[in-house]
Amino acid sequence: MSWDLKSDRPIYTQLIEQLELRICAGVYPPGGRMPSVRDLAQEASVNPNTMQRALAKLEEDGLLYSHRTSGRFVTEDTSRIRETKSKLAQEQIEEFLQKITDLGFEISEILSIIKKITEELKK
Amino acid sequence: MSNLLECKNLTKSFGSLNALNNVNLSIDKGRIIGLLGPNASGKTTFIKLCNNLLTPTSGKIRIGGYEPGIETKKIISYLPEKNYLNDWMRVSQLIQFFQDFYEDFNRDKAYDMLNKLGLDSKDRLKTMSKGTKEKVQLILTMSREAQLYLLDEPIGGVDPAARDYILDTIIRNYNEDSTVIISTHLIADIEKILDDVIFLKEGQIVLTKTVDEIREESGKSVDSLFREVFKC
Repeated sequence: MSWDLKSDRPIYTQLIEQLELRICAGVYPPGGRMPSVRDLAQEASVNPNTMQRALAKLEEDGLLYSHRTSGRFVTEDTSRIRETKSKLAQEQIEEFLQKITDLGFEISEILSIIKKITEELKK
Repeated sequence: MSNLLECKNLTKSFGSLNALNNVNLSIDKGRIIGLLGPNASGKTTFIKLCNNLLTPTSGKIRIGGYEPGIETKKIISYLPEKNYLNDWMRVSQLIQFFQDFYEDFNRDKAYDMLNKLGLDSKDRLKTMSKGTKEKVQLILTMSREAQLYLLDEPIGGVDPAARDYILDTIIRNYNEDSTVIISTHLIADIEKILDDVIFLKEGQIVLTKTVDEIREESGKSVDSLFREVFKC
């Protein structure tokens, strides 16, 4: 998974989103140890202080926790991770719905379009 | 004094031209700062004043509590805009030279970076391309364990892949006690790694903000804001 950062939005919020995504996708599994701030900053090519702030925010939100001597870990609370997953899914769907209604479709039409596309994909 | 670098009413005139005009600035430890401005805005003048290559017309600079001089040279690692190294020297000799000069020079770090960039320490500077020379100079500068790195246009002449490696080196090298000041025009390439940006215009500071403040307030990248502020 590559770090995809847009140039017109704060880096900090984008890092939070991308880290959440990685936790949900299991790149950083529940209870697993997170890479160091420096390694993460290097991987994403961002300022280490910004990465540090993003990690601190996720800690505050309960997705990560710190162990005094051994570093930072992903929460073992899988329901907490599921919650984040649903939140991200909802955001994606809202964005999608916005775009599709902008195109002039009704919500009811969208469902049949989705159905058609998924059937085609199965083939 | 906890600030690493402090300027008060710093002014440098060349005849009737004020290259820097009444600049007040304080910079903390542990930051990566972009010194941004169009041509002739005073970036290099500022960096040269920090290095005691120029003396202020009026006002003061203090770095680590000292006025620019021997004490500050021990803690500042400076990458000038021009190549000042002897052309006939081999990279290995340059490394030895730097090691003799600077207590904080880390030879292993230098050789490690040379390997990563595929450079041969037996090569002489004069046989190298412009970009390769720049890489060597940057390696020498970043191999010191300094408190303040002053990089004047460090990425201008190198290809995009080497540019990424250089930015990577700056991130990897980052620690809480050292600050990096980078002057450049290539804002889009470096803005992700910056904490703060300083916009200079005609010798004066027109803006100091964090990158995320700029993006949040204007909904623009630093690069776009720069193009707007300095529109010709």
